[in-house]
Amino acid sequence: MAKRKLEEINAGSMADIAFLLLIFFLVTTTMESNYGIRRKLPPPPDPSVDIPVIKMKNVLEIVINGQDKMLIEEKPATVKDVKKIAMDFITNNGKDPSSSDNPQKAVISIKQMRETSYKEYISVYNELISAYNVLRNKYAQKKFGKSFDQLTEEQQKTVKDFYPQKIAESMTK
Amino acid sequence: MGKFSKKKDGGTPAISTASLPDIVFMLLFFFMVATVMRESGEKKLIVKMPSADQVKKIEKKGLVAFINIGEPIKKYQAKYGSEPRIQIEDAFASATDVGPYVLKFKASKRDEEKPLIITSIKADENVGMGIISDVKEELRKVNALKVNYSTNKGSVLKNFEK
Repeated sequence: MAKRKLEEINAGSMADIAFLLLIFFLVTTTMESNYGIRRKLPPPPDPSVDIPVIKMKNVLEIVINGQDKMLIEEKPATVKDVKKIAMDFITNNGKDPSSSDNPQKAVISIKQMRETSYKEYISVYNELISAYNVLRNKYAQKKFGKSFDQLTEEQQKTVKDFYPQKIAESMTK
Repeated sequence: MGKFSKKKDGGTPAISTASLPDIVFMLLFFFMVATVMRESGEKKLIVKMPSADQVKKIEKKGLVAFINIGEPIKKYQAKYGSEPRIQIEDAFASATDVGPYVLKFKASKRDEEKPLIITSIKADENVGMGIISDVKEELRKVNALKVNYSTNKGSVLKNFEK
């Protein structure tokens, strides 16, 4: 019997098939980057726990009205000022008798209205977190010689205890 | 002379396309891996997220319950008006639907995954804080305290550019 030579399968259409799949995935892909600001909400109010008394000087009061105008400690301010004011307030350590005693006691209170825009709120919130991050990083550098992200969990806790993030929110009518 | 003229007969040799499938496959695999099949379904709201720079990336998308807030798109404005609304999965919802949805989402996950669940609020930058704090109150009621405000990555000053 004559041996027939095995014919090779034509792989030319392979590219077409692959292209078809490729285009399908190209169309369905949503390259959505998912970034966001994390926030832990306070647990639902527990009637058996008393509201702790906080001295007014330990509270930095930020009020935003329905037209996105901001008052910090009753003085007009813009988003650009928030970070510096917050850092000065947190690291006051009793220097200015009308500002916070120490970073552990410092509380920042944001009061907003129903008409306050989301972007204004996010911007202010972002600046406050940024202030805390700068301070935490500074403290981490001083104490451990590393930036906050490079610390072990234990060390991060020390830093977090030194600069706790106490941000209170409330709605005014 | 005859010796050299022979070469011209073949013309330019065709470029081998044998490696084309390989290249295409490479791209294909990239997109296959990068693709996340959209679970949120139809988009019924206009959502332009605000920018922020103190952001974290969401690692496990499967453990995130998304809540969209924004104006309805043109098509739905006749029916639902142009006031900001909440969209959960495919449907318009009110703030009171948020709690049951998060609980349902939580119930569908395995026990060890339950503490890792995050609720992500995807809101348009111009919606008022009223609707957002309504949603937050509902989340507090069902003890879903881990919240993520979805934003674009960028300076906050971008929010105030016209």
